[in-house]
Amino acid sequence: MSCIEKMKYTILLQRIGFKEAREYIEKNSEEVYYVSPGYKIFKDYYIIGVPPIAVGTKGNALIFPYTKPCHGSFVLSIENEDSIKEINRLRETGEGKVTAPSKKGKPPESSKAPLTSYEDMWKK
Amino acid sequence: MTGAKVLLMMGCPEIPIQTSIALYLSHKLTKLGFDVTVAGTAAASKLLKVSDFDSYYVKKLVDLDKTIVDIIEKRTDFDMCFAFMHNDAGMTYATTMSSISQARMYSIIFGRNAEALAETIEFDCEMIVAQDAHNPVRLKNKLDKVIEEIVK
Repeated sequence: MSCIEKMKYTILLQRIGFKEAREYIEKNSEEVYYVSPGYKIFKDYYIIGVPPIAVGTKGNALIFPYTKPCHGSFVLSIENEDSIKEINRLRETGEGKVTAPSKKGKPPESSKAPLTSYEDMWKK
Repeated sequence: MTGAKVLLMMGCPEIPIQTSIALYLSHKLTKLGFDVTVAGTAAASKLLKVSDFDSYYVKKLVDLDKTIVDIIEKRTDFDMCFAFMHNDAGMTYATTMSSISQARMYSIIFGRNAEALAETIEFDCEMIVAQDAHNPVRLKNKLDKVIEEIVK
């Protein structure tokens, strides 16, 4: 059991596919950041997901996907002192930022992405 | 390939053939000399443990989420990973594994929506697809061919 299940959270969507979770976060957040699978948030939750994994903010709340093998994906929102720290970490350190597939001479993309889908970037 | 570290990653055990194929694959690969670890959810692990209470077929049984954390934290990794999936969450876990691990990925896709689920996979892997939920024979036969290629 991760720390998330012991925290006070709000379920925004439940038992959905991961793609729906990403789209919801992209459409319903004030800021959207993209992180890689395994990105750690809070004390010990490593995000399970299909890249690009969208993590959003709304005020001081962190909005993120949460996947359980038997129950599908959820979109959760947590607002507390730790969520503020996580949001600041995303803003300030660029931690977990996603870069475009490597092309010579092309600089990496910013971690702060517009509120449009990055999905095409990852398609083969 | 003898001694290569293999992870069998079980998802939700709702579809019956997962447990029988996991037991079969674990034993077959162990007999061929692979170092096999089976990772599962609590329910999937209990199903396996009751069927194989003396750990005859599965020598190493570990928690799925803890294994993922150990790979992310670089405390362990594998040479090959067989990821079982019959739903979107299973595919999501397998995609995560392909992203964090160096392992060569094999996706075992089964259940009534197997073909549609296979089409959603975007990571590099060999797919073993069988649209079956109760009868494991077709999936077993496909896996036998894959293993035959691995040990060639």
